[in-house]
Amino acid sequence: MLPTLIIVFREVFEAGLIIGIVMAVTSGVAGRGLWVVGGIAAGVLGACIVALFAGGLSQLFHGSGQELFNASILGFAVLMLGWHNVWMARHGRELAAEMRAAGQAVVEGSKSLAALAVVVAIAVLREGSEVVLFLYGVAAAEGGASGSMLVGGVIGLGLGALVCLLTYLGLVTIPTRYLFAVTSTLIALLAAGMAAQAIAFLEQADILTALDQTVWDTSWILRDGSFLGRALHTLIGYVDQPTAMQLIVYAATLAIIALLMKVFAVPHQERPRAA
Amino acid sequence: MIRNVSALFGLAVLASLFVMSAGAVRADDPVTITITIKDRKFDPAEVHAPAGKPIALSVKNLDSIAAEFESEALHVEKVVPPGREAVVRIRPLEPGRYNFFDDFHRATQGVLVVP
Repeated sequence: MLPTLIIVFREVFEAGLIIGIVMAVTSGVAGRGLWVVGGIAAGVLGACIVALFAGGLSQLFHGSGQELFNASILGFAVLMLGWHNVWMARHGRELAAEMRAAGQAVVEGSKSLAALAVVVAIAVLREGSEVVLFLYGVAAAEGGASGSMLVGGVIGLGLGALVCLLTYLGLVTIPTRYLFAVTSTLIALLAAGMAAQAIAFLEQADILTALDQTVWDTSWILRDGSFLGRALHTLIGYVDQPTAMQLIVYAATLAIIALLMKVFAVPHQERPRAA
Repeated sequence: MIRNVSALFGLAVLASLFVMSAGAVRADDPVTITITIKDRKFDPAEVHAPAGKPIALSVKNLDSIAAEFESEALHVEKVVPPGREAVVRIRPLEPGRYNFFDDFHRATQGVLVVP
């Protein structure tokens, strides 16, 4: 039971953090529950499909199919997160005003919700496919799904949901006037971390070899495989031995999102035509 | 207009970074090492490779269940489906001992020794 619990928890932990952040980012937007649940459901379905075709996937592109697939969906998640931030920079204020006025933010807000639902789906898919492969392996080895495995899996999943809930509850205690700044920063860091991880997959696949030397090693302070290391890896992209290319892409992602947020920000009152 | 231009510029910078780096070709041919997983054990559990050369680690999973070849020291994480072979590419290494394991069955341990 315990190994199943630990592995399931470790995999759902990252998805739990991301869903918690998305819940906090969208708090108050009507209809967000459906989008988030839809994202999770799509992710679970995707995870099963990826696990089913894992054998074929790994043989693609001269054995680099897995890495390319992971890098691609991470890249897509980065685009969605960046787009959400830019969209919020432009419409966040109207959205808040609309919500106060009549709670009619559904139509406008749903565009941005769709992007975040995709992010949730990708997070669940990535972690979930490993859970499915692992559980299938355990079931196959023991000749059928055993009760203790089921208990371990359910507790692991429950703990993951708890992480999600705690992340959400922690974030929504932030006063509303700071919430936008805090969540925008969190989303940007999440995106930069995912971009750097996509680079790690491309480096592992040997597709990307330029600037692939390790710049520093902080594993003596915090290993990225440890519990805290994993949490920071998900939240801000912490890696104990980053390559130069990872650092460049991390910084570039942050800079590009910040730049686009500035460029697309709500125009001031004196330039109404600029909209 | 200005907005669109700067958005395009930003994307172009990111895209060109990818293209530049993908275009680079490594001169050295990798040293190939084969490891099999059978009955949830690595065989051999200790492998050797020269320092300063890229390595292609071919991991064959002969079991009927999936394994995840993982190494924190080598920065590798790769699922090896049952009956399949995964090639793990490793950049040139400094001398040392690099542990690896099956993340789905932590008792399955091995080490890459670079003298």
